[in-house]
Amino acid sequence: MQRVVAALAAAVVLGGPVGAQQSPDSTARLQRRALDSLGAAMRTVQSRLDSLERSPAPPAAPARAPGAYMNVSFVGLTDFAWTTASDIGALQQGGHEPKVNGFSIPNAELALDGTVDPYLKAFVNIVHQLDDKGETSVELEEMYFLTTALPKNLQVKAGQFFVEFGRQNPQHPHAWAFADQPLVLTRLLGPDGLRSQGARVSWLLPTSWYAEAMLGVMNSAGATTFSFRSDESSLIHGGEPIERTARGGGDLLYVPRLTTSFELNDTQTLLLGASGAFGPNNSGPSARTAVYGTDLYWKWKSARAAAGFPFVAVQGEYLYRQYDAAARARAVPKYPLGDLSAVTLRDDGAYAQVQWGIRPRIIAGLRGEYVSAEHASSDPQLYGRRTRVSPNFTWFPTEFSKFRIQYNYDQRRGLGAAHTLLAQFEFLLGAHAAHKF
Amino acid sequence: MNILPLLKLAVVASVALPVSGPTVGTVPGPARAGRLNVVATTPDLAAIARAIGGDAVDVKALAKPTEDPHFVDAKPSHVVTLNRADVLVEGGAELEMGWLPPLLENARNSRIAAGAPGRIVASHGIHMLEIPTGFDRAKGDVHSLGNPHYLVDPVNAKIVAAQIAERLSQVDPGSAATFAANLRRFDATLDAKLAEWQHELAPYKGAKLVSYHKDFVYLADRFGLDIVETLEPKPGIAPSPAHLAGVITLMKAQHVRVILVQSFQNRRTAETVARQTNAVVLDVSQQPGAIKGTDTYVELIDSIVRSLANAFKETP
Repeated sequence: MQRVVAALAAAVVLGGPVGAQQSPDSTARLQRRALDSLGAAMRTVQSRLDSLERSPAPPAAPARAPGAYMNVSFVGLTDFAWTTASDIGALQQGGHEPKVNGFSIPNAELALDGTVDPYLKAFVNIVHQLDDKGETSVELEEMYFLTTALPKNLQVKAGQFFVEFGRQNPQHPHAWAFADQPLVLTRLLGPDGLRSQGARVSWLLPTSWYAEAMLGVMNSAGATTFSFRSDESSLIHGGEPIERTARGGGDLLYVPRLTTSFELNDTQTLLLGASGAFGPNNSGPSARTAVYGTDLYWKWKSARAAAGFPFVAVQGEYLYRQYDAAARARAVPKYPLGDLSAVTLRDDGAYAQVQWGIRPRIIAGLRGEYVSAEHASSDPQLYGRRTRVSPNFTWFPTEFSKFRIQYNYDQRRGLGAAHTLLAQFEFLLGAHAAHKF
Repeated sequence: MNILPLLKLAVVASVALPVSGPTVGTVPGPARAGRLNVVATTPDLAAIARAIGGDAVDVKALAKPTEDPHFVDAKPSHVVTLNRADVLVEGGAELEMGWLPPLLENARNSRIAAGAPGRIVASHGIHMLEIPTGFDRAKGDVHSLGNPHYLVDPVNAKIVAAQIAERLSQVDPGSAATFAANLRRFDATLDAKLAEWQHELAPYKGAKLVSYHKDFVYLADRFGLDIVETLEPKPGIAPSPAHLAGVITLMKAQHVRVILVQSFQNRRTAETVARQTNAVVLDVSQQPGAIKGTDTYVELIDSIVRSLANAFKETP
């Protein structure tokens, strides 16, 4: 900069009246030198400007410093439902499904997540619901940490969480493709999914394709371990549940899962999984339950996708449950009293659904499903064989809001057909949600 | 059912497999494979990383050149790619916020963790444009850290290249001289090309155009062009008939004759507007490889500049 100032000063001095008093030759020489000097100075300035332009600017101050340590978001879901069935609660048995004809709030979810330290991330989900009387309930749905720096491709998750059984169980309602959860998940894993306290170890296999093995070890008791030591287990076996505390490793719930994925080509991806859940149930002191499941997800997405559209996705799961019910006292008052003898109850079910992302933010869906039951409660309204077909249509005005309309055609053995119309509206406030595959 | 034998088997397998398998964790670091595994979120970043890394790196992009980089599927295969990465180059400024976090969460790779030498956030050091003063989604899906489509300005590409060279040298000091030489070559090429591009577009300084999304703001800023409106009423909001009617009126009033559209954006909407305004729809891309003959960064900007100059020439 000093050189620039000197050159400018020289130009002013030499080009001014003083210079006019000198001889024409020397004046011209001086002026030429001054011009040369100015030219050099200009080149210096230009090169410094270029270099400044190439240099990285200092990082801008974070625009959202207060949120840097934790993301906060809120998802609000409003349902409208109307059915021809006499009791919508018996028809829509899922925990996040409407329980009344008319409007309901089946899921209002406050989600917090962030990085704890260089080794851990943490997630918290607090769910608010309005019941069929309009009363609010609040529940700590999930709260867990996840390791980020274990060696050997290992990862540990611990706390309370939806166990990784199949594809849909770990998903929250706002990620579902339909307004209600598949019947087989409600019946075999529970109305609120399979969720408990425990730890899960996962290992990303050293293969050239994606393959991941997981093992969850969880508490087997509680309202969200429906097929195991749940107080609601009489809905499955029809008897009085016994008091059964955990005395050893065999009284915990074990959930192994293996999942793998392949790129079929540039636009198609296949994801396959196999899961199991093994643990005690409280029909008797040594009774046990085993649930097996397989799942598939296939997706085609255009190579020129805009906002993720168009796409076609197919998802399906098959579940089989073997429930060893011990000899037990009958619990259902409307049937004659008396003991029930020991029996192995076998139930299964499956669903398959297709989603067609027709154009940005518009999706048409179709789901078909069945559940087959053999159990002692003999209450067909709750647990008879059932098939259901559900077309739906979803429109996302933006990434942060959603409208959905769905029709369910239900066929329940012994109860006949039911027609149900469901409509949903959902909004998201706060942190932008990342989308899992 | 007694599951203890199964558990024992699982434990034995998990211990034995890494030892007896091909390699422990199959993480090809520089010492083993000789080349750094560099993963870039988008093809433009990959092209720059390739130019700087040369033969010392293998580079892979997660997003396809033809797809919307805001909405890439977090596919399981990307988890494997990131698990093996020595270096990750991301665009930053919330460009990948909808899909990169779950991938990184499952990739379990500390070499590319936030703050590690192998994690390059390319937007750091860029003079970001359109940083919002307040956060309100009524204004659309605005990125709080500024407009993330900064790489269509060649000067920004030089800043990113310098950052990549510096970080690659930290991760693989043995190849630092190669990276420095490649950076010098990249800079020299871009300096020469920038003068050429500026000369080519100089006659059209102040020329008005319309883009589909706010994705060519940095290009306009560099070359003195004037993007008067976008077909999207707000970032990420689909064009409405009322908004398009307004765009048509504006284009007619200001004699705007060029509409920029990328391969994943709705060309039909642009064509409808173009028909009513006597404009041309210009197919351009921000990603190398989306248009034939644009495999490198220089070829990409060459293609954009050539297309613009031709369009302005043909639509006076």
